Amino acid sequence: MSGFGFHRRQFLKLKICPLKPVTINESVMADQSNIVRAAGVTKIFKLGKVDVQALRGVDLEIKAGKYISIMGPSGSGKSTLFNMIGGLDKPTSGKVFIDEIDIAQLDAYELAWLRCRKIGYIFQTFNLIPVMTALENVTLPMTFAGTNSDAAVEKGIQLLNLVGLGDRFRHKPSELSGGQQQRVAVARALANDPAIILADEPTGNLDLTTGEEIIALLRHLSQEKGVTIISATHDIKMLNVSDQVVWIRDGRIHKIEEREELAISVGQIGSRT
Amino acid sequence: MSNPAEYDRPTMGLGQPADRVERLVVLPFKKSVAIAFQSLRVRFFRSMITTLSLVLAVAFLSFVNVSTDVANGLLRTGDPALLQALVRSGYDLEPGDTQAGNSPKMQWIVILSLLVCVVGIVNAQLMAVTERFREIGTMKCLGALDRFILRLFLLEAGMQGLAGAGIGALTGALVALANAMIGFGPVALSALAVDEIIQTVCLAVGIGFVLSLVGVLYPAVLAARMQPVEAMRVEQ
Repeated sequence: MSGFGFHRRQFLKLKICPLKPVTINESVMADQSNIVRAAGVTKIFKLGKVDVQALRGVDLEIKAGKYISIMGPSGSGKSTLFNMIGGLDKPTSGKVFIDEIDIAQLDAYELAWLRCRKIGYIFQTFNLIPVMTALENVTLPMTFAGTNSDAAVEKGIQLLNLVGLGDRFRHKPSELSGGQQQRVAVARALANDPAIILADEPTGNLDLTTGEEIIALLRHLSQEKGVTIISATHDIKMLNVSDQVVWIRDGRIHKIEEREELAISVGQIGSRT
Repeated sequence: MSNPAEYDRPTMGLGQPADRVERLVVLPFKKSVAIAFQSLRVRFFRSMITTLSLVLAVAFLSFVNVSTDVANGLLRTGDPALLQALVRSGYDLEPGDTQAGNSPKMQWIVILSLLVCVVGIVNAQLMAVTERFREIGTMKCLGALDRFILRLFLLEAGMQGLAGAGIGALTGALVALANAMIGFGPVALSALAVDEIIQTVCLAVGIGFVLSLVGVLYPAVLAARMQPVEAMRVEQ
């Protein structure tokens, strides 16, 4: 396939968010402004005949390039909010904007594009494709994005080097330790230079040291590449590196703490445990 | 990394356009074939079990039809002794008949075996889809469209179908020929019309291939419609 002509043809089909026409000025400003914005988001799940209200009106603004942790007990609506921000779920009411684009307005193709190019996902259970090698796992999103095979392999190896697995790119996930698998997942999340990385309990299945290594890696990447990292977590270690911590309780935002306030509260939590 | 589609747009800090969403997500056909093949190869034992019912059903179909071809070949010799031998071996023939056919009962058994085989394939593929829910969800999180997933499953089933039906058809034909050799002696082979046999075997392969695709259709649609959020589930 001659990549160029193919891209050209598809390139004509663009969509500008119909609700909020974005001008060039605003898009330049968007660099310092919100990469993710939730406005009055509620979510109701139907469990049989009972309605369960997972989110009861969440307003949240996340600035580009920040490292955000979403904390909260299980059942607090943390995962629901997290999935909503990741474009994996749509709110019952209210709006979620990613890069000032209302995700409820997107069709299946645009959502797939968003997941492929704008968002990188990191999972608690690593979720590497078991039949593929580390390198193939990292190049898969690039294949979806239309990158040609040679460029994808080159970038894949570069990314695996970045996460410290340059020599193990031929290994299958089953031949890698948990920490190494999560490193591959981090490399995969970075494959298409996303604006946002969503990490769902990235250290949940890892031991203490390995978890710390992954956190350090994420922190390093967020600083170096300017990627916004949003992670849902129980892990107190994550707080140290976060620019902002969003506490969720009963489907609402309980409080948002900035980095400066954190030092104190982390100290308290640390001394308690 | 620069993408051709991004050349003539203003980009912001991250080298990404801030204000638009495109629709371009691709999975080249060659790549899909490679992924499907790899998936089969790595899960060889699992795919073999899925294919086994197809192999057996197609072998049975091929055996029955090739046996009929052999009988027709013997009939064409016009030898009354061979006709007697055919009647003894169960063919419903009158003196003077030039065409041996499968009895309706035989046809029903063959159809039934193919039906059972399709149900078996649906069952096995549903299991395979359930086992791979997380993998499918992850692919969707990485930007795969419904039809990529559908295509991967159809390709896998197509390859399984061709391989399984091929093995089954050849096995069935060989067993039928060996059986004829034992039953009627070398004349069974010398009276044989080779093009008829080839046609029968090809037909059996074709039927097996189609059955494999029919069997995977529902499981594949189920997989393709899966929501990417399933990948986030922690419990297996």
